[in-house]
Amino acid sequence: MKSIRARLILILMGSTGLVWLLAVGWIYLSTQAEVERVLDARLMEAARMVNSLLSDHRIDVGLEEGAASHVVGEFEHSHRPYERQLSCQIWTLEGSLVGRSENAPATPLSEVVDGFSETEVGGERWRVFSVENQRLNVRVMVGDSLKIRESLVSDVITGLVVPALLILPFLVGVILVSVGRGLAPLSDMAETLTTRPANDLRPLKADKLPKEIAPAVNALNGLFKRVEDARDRERSFTAFAAHELKTPLAGVKTQAQIALASDDPAVHANALRQITMGVDRTSRLVKQLLDLAALEANDAESNLQAVSAHALLNRSVAELPLPADGARLVVEGGEARAPVMIFAEPHFLSLALRNLVENALNHSPETSVVECRVERETEGVRLVVQDNGPGIPEDEILKVVGKFVRGRNRSATGSGLGLAIAQAAIGRMDGTLALENRDGGGLRAVLTVRAAGAGT
Amino acid sequence: MRLLVVEDDPLLLDGLTVGLGLAGFTVDAVTTCEDAFAALSAQAYEGVVLDLMLPDGSGLDVLSDLRRRGDATPAVLLTARDQVPDRIAGLDAGADDYLGKPFDLDELAARVRAAVRRGKGRSSATLAWGGVTLDPANRSVTRDGDLVILTRREFALLAALMERPESILSKPALEETIYGWQEEVESNAVEVHIHKLRSKLGSDFIRTVRGVGYRLREVRA
Repeated sequence: MKSIRARLILILMGSTGLVWLLAVGWIYLSTQAEVERVLDARLMEAARMVNSLLSDHRIDVGLEEGAASHVVGEFEHSHRPYERQLSCQIWTLEGSLVGRSENAPATPLSEVVDGFSETEVGGERWRVFSVENQRLNVRVMVGDSLKIRESLVSDVITGLVVPALLILPFLVGVILVSVGRGLAPLSDMAETLTTRPANDLRPLKADKLPKEIAPAVNALNGLFKRVEDARDRERSFTAFAAHELKTPLAGVKTQAQIALASDDPAVHANALRQITMGVDRTSRLVKQLLDLAALEANDAESNLQAVSAHALLNRSVAELPLPADGARLVVEGGEARAPVMIFAEPHFLSLALRNLVENALNHSPETSVVECRVERETEGVRLVVQDNGPGIPEDEILKVVGKFVRGRNRSATGSGLGLAIAQAAIGRMDGTLALENRDGGGLRAVLTVRAAGAGT
Repeated sequence: MRLLVVEDDPLLLDGLTVGLGLAGFTVDAVTTCEDAFAALSAQAYEGVVLDLMLPDGSGLDVLSDLRRRGDATPAVLLTARDQVPDRIAGLDAGADDYLGKPFDLDELAARVRAAVRRGKGRSSATLAWGGVTLDPANRSVTRDGDLVILTRREFALLAALMERPESILSKPALEETIYGWQEEVESNAVEVHIHKLRSKLGSDFIRTVRGVGYRLREVRA
C-alpha cells in the first residue's frame, strides 16, 4: 500500500475492531459460564431447600393421588423480567406428581433421578436439578428455562456492544484526526518540495522537526548541498574550459586573417605554421578536458589490479606523440631486474604518467632529457618523472595541481590541466602526486602507489 | 604608430605582432606584467593592447598602474572573459575599449586607431595637411585628390609627422615610430624614407630643420 496515512488508519481501525470483538467474545463466554454457575447453584439450593422443608414437615404435601395439581409455594422475585424463573415439582418415587409450583408443567421436568440435566418440555429447554428423598419417598425437581439464561447473557452483551457502536464514529474521527496531525510534518515537507522550482536547492528547515523525520530531512539537505556543489563545480569548469579555448581560437583566427591579408610568402608560411600549432594545441586541450571530465564522471569503485610498473611506464610512454628520434626521453629499464609489481588502475595511472611526461617535455629545453624511472621504497613504489626545465616557484608548487592553473614558468603549449589530471587520476587509486624542484634545476614529479607483493 | 602588445599566448602574440604590423602599426610585444611595466616606463607608446590573464598578474594591474602615473596612453583590453560585468570592470579600470576573444583582426586595428584618435582629441579619422590626406583605416594617402602609393615605413613616418604637423620631430623619435624592438634600424633609414616621401609628395612638403629634425611645411591660414 502506497499511503502511510491509509495504512495507519486501516491498522488502527482493524486492531481496535479486533480487540473489541475479542473482548465481546471473551465476555460472552465468561458471562455465560458465570450465569450458568450462579443459576445452577440457585437451582441446587432451591431444590435442597424444598427438600429440607419437606423433611422438616414445614410444608406438607398430601402424598396421595389427586393432589397432583396442588401448588406448593411460590417463588417471589423482585426482578420483574425474571419473574417466575424457577419451576418446582415434587414427585413420589413411583412417579406420581404430588405438588408443583404455579408455572411448572404437569409432566416430569426431567427423567434424571438425581443431579443436573437438560430436557425439553413443552417446546422449551429446561435446566433441571433433581433431589431424591428416600425417607419421604419423594423426588424434588427444580428447573428454569434456558431461554431466560440466554436472554440474561445477551442482555449483558447488548449492554456492552451498544455503547461501543455509539462510540465508534467518534473513535473513527479521533483516529483520522490524530493520524492526520501525526503525519503533518511529512505532508508539510512534501508540499514544500513539490512547490519548489527544480533549481531551488536551498536546504529545508530542520528545526522543530520530530526526531523520526529529522534524519531524512538532514540527509536530504546533505544531498541538496552535494548536488549544489557539483553543479557549481561543473559550471565553473565549463566557464573555465570555454575561456581556455577562446585564446587559442583567437590566435588561430588572427593567423588565418594574416594569411588572407598578406601577399608575402614568408608571412603566409609562418601564419599557416602557427595555425597548425594552434589547432594541435586546441585539440590537446580538448582531449585533456575530456580526460578530466571522464575522470570526474567516473565515480565507480576503483578497480585495482597488480601490474608491472616498468611495463606500464613503457606502455604509457609509447602512447605519447614523441619526436621520431625519441632522444629526449629516457626510460630507465627495469626488464633485466625483477619486475616491480604495483596495485593500480592501468588506464588511469597511464593517463597520469602521460600527462607528467608531456608536462616535463613541454617545460624543458629542446636539448635536455626527461628521465622516467621506477623506485622501490618501503612505503610503496615511486614512479618518477624528472626534467631539466625551470621548475616551479615554491609559492606556486601547491597551486599548480589546480585546474587551469598555469604557473609563471609556463610552457607555450600548456593548458593548465596536465597536473590536475595526474592528481585526479592518482587520487582514484589512493596514490599520491608529489612535486619538488631538483637541486640542479628542473622539476621532479613523483607518483607513489602501493606495491603488490614482492616481484618473482 | 607604435603599440605595446601584452599577451602571454605565443600563438596569439605572434598573430597580433604580425597582424597589427600589416595594419600599419609598429608593434612591441611582451608576455608578462613585469615586462609591460618595464616597456611602458622606458618608451612612450601611442596605444596599448592588453590581455587580462597574464602569468604574473592581471592586465588590469598594468592598466591601473599606468593610469595612476597619469599616463593616458589609450588601452584596448583583450580577454576571454567578455561578460558584461567583466567589461564594466575593465572600462572602469581605465581601458578605452574592450574586445572579447576570439576577435577580428581588422576590428581590433580599427578600435586601436579609434582609441588613439580619441586620445589625441581628434574627431576625424583622417589626417589632412597642405593638400595631403592620410587615412589610417585603409592606409591610403592622397595628394590633391590623387592616390599616392607608400611603403609601410613611409606611411608610418608620414603618419607620425602628420599627427603633429606643427612640431619638429627628431630623427631618433622618428626611428622609434617606425621600428619595433626586434627590428634592426638601418643607420640612414629615416633619411632614405624622407627622401622617397619628398619625391612622392613634393620636395617641400617635409622640411629639414638642421640639427633638430623634420617637420611639415607651414600652411598659410
